[in-house]
Amino acid sequence: MKLRNQLKAALRSLAKNKMRTFLTMLGIIIGVASVIAMLAIGQGSKESIQKQIANLGTNLLTVFPSASMTGGVRMEAGSSVKLTMDDYKALTSRCPAVMYSTPTVRTSGQLIAGSQNWRTTVWGVYPDYFNIRNLDVDKGAVFTLNDDRAANKVCVIGQTVNKYLFGEGQDPTGRMIRINKIPFQVVGLIATKGQNAWGQDQDDIVIAPFNTVQVRMLTIAYIQSIMISATSEKMIPEATDEITQVLKERHRLGPSEDPDFSIRSQADIASTATATSSILTALLASIASISLLVGGIGIMNIMLVSVTERTREIGIRMGVGARGRDVLLQFLIEALMISLIGGLLGVGLGILASGIIASLMSWPVTITLQSIILSFLFSTAIGIFFGWYPARKAASLNPIDALRYE
Amino acid sequence: MKETIISVKHLVKIYKMGDLEVHALRGISLEIHKSDFVAIMGKSGSGKSTFMNIAGCLDVPTKGEYLLDGVDVGKLNKDQLAHLRNKKIGFVFQSFNLLSRTSALENVELPLMYNSKITSKEMRERSLNALESVGLADRFHHLPSQLSGGEQQRVAIARALVNDPVVILADEPTGNLDTRTSVEVMGIFQQLNTRGITVIIVTHEPDIAAYTNRNVTFRDGRILKDFNVEKPRNAAAELLTIPVLTEEETI
Repeated sequence: MKLRNQLKAALRSLAKNKMRTFLTMLGIIIGVASVIAMLAIGQGSKESIQKQIANLGTNLLTVFPSASMTGGVRMEAGSSVKLTMDDYKALTSRCPAVMYSTPTVRTSGQLIAGSQNWRTTVWGVYPDYFNIRNLDVDKGAVFTLNDDRAANKVCVIGQTVNKYLFGEGQDPTGRMIRINKIPFQVVGLIATKGQNAWGQDQDDIVIAPFNTVQVRMLTIAYIQSIMISATSEKMIPEATDEITQVLKERHRLGPSEDPDFSIRSQADIASTATATSSILTALLASIASISLLVGGIGIMNIMLVSVTERTREIGIRMGVGARGRDVLLQFLIEALMISLIGGLLGVGLGILASGIIASLMSWPVTITLQSIILSFLFSTAIGIFFGWYPARKAASLNPIDALRYE
Repeated sequence: MKETIISVKHLVKIYKMGDLEVHALRGISLEIHKSDFVAIMGKSGSGKSTFMNIAGCLDVPTKGEYLLDGVDVGKLNKDQLAHLRNKKIGFVFQSFNLLSRTSALENVELPLMYNSKITSKEMRERSLNALESVGLADRFHHLPSQLSGGEQQRVAIARALVNDPVVILADEPTGNLDTRTSVEVMGIFQQLNTRGITVIIVTHEPDIAAYTNRNVTFRDGRILKDFNVEKPRNAAAELLTIPVLTEEETI
């Protein structure tokens, strides 16, 4: 039988039971649409995470002291060994792969300005911190190393802090705030940075000179962590090696001994975050494809019913000379048509649904051509796979029995 | 001597039902020639339907030889049998077996659809011709449900005719029809037969068999009688004498 006639016959028999055909198709439509929407959400979040991590600066390294171990019980990170100012100085003088570096301490502080108050994290750092984190100053200026040496009570605040203490858009420079009852002068306002990949507000921050926070607020002698930016992204492994070597030497650890500190790079975090979101995408897509699978079973079910209902027709067709493969093709084409048309409608619905999700929930959504092709091919494969068995059943009917079938 | 269309020798068909063997045909030998009009008669269980299935290439014999237009059917596989049905045989069934929700024309076109050598234009032309030869040319677009039983059977005959078969096989073609319509249908067969088409019908009614030229009676899987009808009834002439029932009379 010619393909054109086959298609015509298939369309006609599908049109005969419009409601049934539509409901069967609906399974595929929903399956394909949800696969596309899930992939779009996954891809969108992956891209936005990657963008934000790049924004943090990918050549960033952070050195933490390790957790101590007493009798096999590990304590909190930084619980015994401390990083000291001498460690930091050794790093800056002996690691050529390090471009910027700063010791850091942080504490949380209750901020009061006039009648307003706000609680946030206060970082004590060197001015280099601004280079490491790609921070720009909107108004005023960054404090200087002289401020640090003198432990001056000055600070730079983020947009969120400014909003709650002085009001959005206000220029805070020169004004006084009290942090844990210690008066500080605001010297600068950081440009808006937005949320980071983990949903943290990066504008909710107060940055003060290292010495000021270490001595005046925390009254400690050690460094909580050291932040470093390597000269380039490629230099990260080299910088890591240099730091490891210098710190091991200073902490009197042999080359084979475990270090009592850890170095975390932004690239690690980036790849972890990307991998996490890839897993999430795969998970979402596989859940969605289960519905596509169920849709396929729906096709098989309805095709089996159709074969039984049309046993007589199959008998007539075979009687006038249809071969097994003609009948097979006829039913396969019908199944394929359901899944193809369903797939097309599903792609449309999927794009629509992604758009609605994007606008209603303001999630980042990216539809890739790949995901459309993938889900469309998948639905076609399902049509063939689940259409095969009923079609095979129809083709293997004995014409005499089929003609006699009531 | 006329050309032999169907030649069977010692045809045996045994159905296996579990351990039980049913001997449907116990050795049939028969020759049917071109332009024959044969009635196969017999009670149910006599093997006449089994014979028709084999003659129609729907089934293959257990033993014996069957030559259809010179082709040894016993050696063919399923696809080859389908091809043979498509090319050489036209079927007419008791229950018409038309595709519902498919127009008369498309029903007639069906056998040609499975012949890839025929163009759509040719398909349409030949189908219209076939419908015309059964007197239904003007109703080609009607659905089977819009046609009477007699008309449906005529569409089925047109379908059997359209592929220009060497033989038309009709299984109780008048079984579902009233007397007048039966005569009409037999008239069409007679008319086709005079055009040189070989027709074999299966019937258990001697009245219907009387329109044919040759009667073969089956009994218990064997041929009981085989004789030529001296003076076949003439359907066309009889039709004039049967009054057409008007609507009031039917009620």
